[in-house]
Amino acid sequence: MLRHVLHRLAQSAVVLLVMSFVVYALLGLMPGDPVDLMLAAMPDVTAEDARRLRRLYGLDRPLLERYANWLVAAVQGDLGFSRLHGRPVAEVLWQPLGNTVLLLSVSLAVALAVALPLGMLAALRPRSGFDYAVNLLAFAGISMPVFWLGLMLMTLFSVILGWLPAGGVAPIGGGGLGDRLSHLVLPVATLSVAAIGQHIRYMRGAMIETLRHDWIRTARAKGAGWGRVVLRHGLRNAMIPVVTILALDLGTLFSGALITETVFAYPGMGKLIYDAVMGNDYNLALVGLLLATALTLLGNVLADVAYGWLDPRIRQR
Amino acid sequence: MAAPTQPEPAAMRTPRQWLALLALAVAVLGAPPVAEPAAAARDRLVIGITQFPSTLHPAIDSMMAKTYVLRMALRPVTAFDHDWKLVCVLCTELPSFENGMAEIEALPDGGEGAAVTYRLHPEATWGDGTPVTSADVVFTWEAGRHPQSGFAAMETYNRITGIDVLDDKTFTVHFDRVTFDYNAFGIDLLPAHIERERFEADPAAYRNRTAYVTEPDHPGLYFGPYRIVEVASGSHLVLRRNPTWYGPEPAFETVVVRAVENTSALEANLLSGQIDYIAGELGLSIDQALAFERRHGDRFRVEYKPGLIYEHIDLDLGHPALADARVRQALMHGMDRETISRQLFDGRQPVAHSNVNPLDWVHAEDVPTYAHDPARAAALLDEAGWRMGAGGLRRDAAGTPLRVTLMTTAGNRIRELVAQVLQSQWRAIGVEVRVVNQPPRVLFGDTLTRRRFDGMVMFAWISSPEAVPRTTLHSESIPTPENGWAGQNYTGYASADMDALIDAIERELDRDKRAALWRRLQHLYATDLPALPLYFRADAFVMPAWLKGVRPTGHQYPSSMWVEEWRAAE
Repeated sequence: MLRHVLHRLAQSAVVLLVMSFVVYALLGLMPGDPVDLMLAAMPDVTAEDARRLRRLYGLDRPLLERYANWLVAAVQGDLGFSRLHGRPVAEVLWQPLGNTVLLLSVSLAVALAVALPLGMLAALRPRSGFDYAVNLLAFAGISMPVFWLGLMLMTLFSVILGWLPAGGVAPIGGGGLGDRLSHLVLPVATLSVAAIGQHIRYMRGAMIETLRHDWIRTARAKGAGWGRVVLRHGLRNAMIPVVTILALDLGTLFSGALITETVFAYPGMGKLIYDAVMGNDYNLALVGLLLATALTLLGNVLADVAYGWLDPRIRQR
Repeated sequence: MAAPTQPEPAAMRTPRQWLALLALAVAVLGAPPVAEPAAAARDRLVIGITQFPSTLHPAIDSMMAKTYVLRMALRPVTAFDHDWKLVCVLCTELPSFENGMAEIEALPDGGEGAAVTYRLHPEATWGDGTPVTSADVVFTWEAGRHPQSGFAAMETYNRITGIDVLDDKTFTVHFDRVTFDYNAFGIDLLPAHIERERFEADPAAYRNRTAYVTEPDHPGLYFGPYRIVEVASGSHLVLRRNPTWYGPEPAFETVVVRAVENTSALEANLLSGQIDYIAGELGLSIDQALAFERRHGDRFRVEYKPGLIYEHIDLDLGHPALADARVRQALMHGMDRETISRQLFDGRQPVAHSNVNPLDWVHAEDVPTYAHDPARAAALLDEAGWRMGAGGLRRDAAGTPLRVTLMTTAGNRIRELVAQVLQSQWRAIGVEVRVVNQPPRVLFGDTLTRRRFDGMVMFAWISSPEAVPRTTLHSESIPTPENGWAGQNYTGYASADMDALIDAIERELDRDKRAALWRRLQHLYATDLPALPLYFRADAFVMPAWLKGVRPTGHQYPSSMWVEEWRAAE
C-alpha cells in the first residue's frame, strides 16, 4: 500500500508540473496584461511609462522564459511577489488559505454528518414517505442558488432577527472563539445546504445499489442482524463511490466557495484567486490555482487509501 | 448555569402549548435587531465600501478604495475643494503669479518653465512625531522619477526639472512647462525618514519593500487626522485618531472601513448595524440606492451627487457608417436620454450634452444639444445615404444594411439595461444594433486599449475639474502598436482643430481666454461627436440620520478628505 501511495504521489507531482505550465500559459494568453489594465485606469500613463512598466514586471520577455524563471525560483521556495498586494505570494496566501480551510472543513463535516445518515436511511426505505421527504430536501438544496440562499439567510438571521453577524471572519478588533464561530454559521450553512443535497443523492443511490447484491442476502441468511449487515457490509461498500466523489470535490470546493465568500465578505481563497485572475496578478493566480489542483490530486491519493480501508480486496491487490 | 430544556415530542403538545410556541415565535421574529454596536458607541464609525485596497502605497497603482482610505490619513499638497476650486491642503497659501510665489523662468533649451514655491503647514507632522518637511518632497520626487520605482505615472514627476529646498517647510518646484494648472501639486508625500533607506537599498524592489506594504500600521507613514492601525487583508482597515494631526480634531476616535463587495450584502450589513454608512464613492449603484431609499428612507438619508463620471459611447470612427458625422448626429437624435434618466435614475443622473460637467466652471451653456427627434434623425440618415428599406432597416446604395455593434461591460446591470433601451430606440429609426457585452477585464484590458471594437462601446471616464482631454481626444493619444497602446483616444478621433484647442488651453493662463477656448472645444466635441454623451453618473451616499458633515464632492478627491468635519449629531 505504501508503495502504491508513493507511486501515486510521484504521479501527482508530474501532473502538477504539467499543470503549472498549462495554467501559466493560459494566464499569459488571457487578453491584456497588467499594464493594459493600468493604462485603462490612469490617463497620465504615457507610452514610455507603459514600456518601462512592462520591462519592470518582466512582461516584455517571452512566455516560456518567464515560466522557466518562475519555475526555477519556485523550486527554490520563492513563489514570487503578488503584483496586486506587493507582498510575497506565500505571505498573501497564508491567511485566506486558513480561512478557507476552516470554512470548507466545517462545511464538509456538517454536510457529511447530515447527508450520510439521511441518504442511508432513505435508501433503507425506498419510496416511503421518509424517502420522498429526504429527496425533496436534497433537490431543494441542489437547486437553490447559493447567492440567493446566502442573502436570504443573512436577511433573516442578521437583519430581521439580529442573531448572527452578516459577514466577515471576526468582529473588528478581534473577538474570542465564540465570535469567530458565530461568523462561520451563515457561510457554513450556505455552503452545506447544496453539499447536503448532493451527498444525500450519492449516498442513497450507492446504498440502494449495494443492498441489492447477493452477498447482502447471504449475510442475512447467515443470521447477521439487519443493523450489522447495513453498517458493516452495506455502508462500507456504498462509501466507495461516495469517497471518489468527495475526493474529486475537494479541489472544486477549495476554489468554488467564491460566491459564498463574496456574499459574506469572507476573505478566502476563492475570492483571492478570482481577484488575482481578474487583476492579472500572474504569480498569485498561478499559485492559487495550483494549490486547488494539488488538493484535488491529494484528495485522489487519500481516496485510494480510503478504498483500501473500506474494501480489503483493493488493499490486497 | 441552567441546562437546556428538552423539547417534548410534538405529539404530546396541547393546543395551548402550540399557541404559546406561536406567540414566542412571533415575539422573536418581531423583535428588534440586536443592538447596533457601531451606531451605539458613536466614537466609532464603520464605513462600508465595495472594494478592498490592494496596496496602500500612495503612488503605486491606482484604486479608488485606496484613495478613499488614504485621504483620511494623508493629504496632497493641493486639491480641489467642494466647490471644485483648487486650494492648498498641506500648503499654507496657493502659489500664483499674482502673489509672487510663482514665476516664469527660461529653460536651457530656450523654452519657458515655471518656478512655483510652496510652504508646507508649519505643524504638519508624521504620526511618529517627525515633521513633514521639504526633504519628503525631494524624496518623493526622486523616487517618482526613478525608472525602476514602479510608480505608474512618471510623467507627473518627469515634468519637474528640479526642486530647491529653501528651508524645512519651503521649497520651489521647477516645472518644464507653463500650463494653466502650474500651481496644482496633487502628489502625496512619502516619509523620507522611513522610505528613503528602503528605496535606495534597491529601487527595483522598492515597490515590494516599502513600509506601506510591509508595515502598513507604522504611525510614521501618515500625517492626516487618522492613521491606519490595523489592516485585515480583504476584510477591513481600522484607522485611529492621529495625535500629531495639526487640524481640527475629528469627532470619531476610530474609523473602520469594511469591504463588502456584494452590494446586496452591503445593504444587509447596513441594516443589521454591522456598518453605519455606505460611502457613495464605492457603494450602491443608483438603482439600488433608489430602491433602498424607498424601503428604508425613514431610517437612512440618501444623498445623490452627480459628478465627473461621464457615461458615454465611444465610436469606432473607422466604421463605414459611423465615420459620417451625420450618422453620429442621427444616433444622438434617435436616443431619448431624458426619458432614460427619468425612468431609470429618477432624474438623479443628469443628461450630458458634452464631455464637460455642468458643475465645472469651464462648462459652456450654449453647446449644441440633441433632443429626442426621430424625424430629424431620419432626415440626417437619408441625407447620409442610408435609406429606409425592407423590414424597417436602413441600407446604403449598395444595399448594405446599417448594422452596428454596441459593447459594454457584462454584469453591469444599468449599462446592460441602457444598451437594451438604446437598441430599441435606434431600431425605431432603422438602425440595427447588436449588443455584445464583455467582462470588464476583457473590455478594458484588451478590446478598448487595443482598439479591437467594431462599432460602439459604452463605458465611463473619470476625470477632474478642468481636465484637459489630451489623452482622450488629442490625435497623439490614439493607441497604436508603435506607442505601446498608450493613450485613451480609442475612437481614433483626429482633428487638427481639436489638437490646437487642447494645446492652447493647456498654455493659456488667462481665465477668460481659457473659458472661450473651452467653449470652442465643447462646441467642436458636440458637433463632431467622436463619442455620444449619455449622462453624468451620480454617487449615492447612504447615511444614518445621526451622521452629519459628510459632503460629497463629485470629483476625484473623495468626501473622506474632509473626515474631520464628520460628526454624530445627537
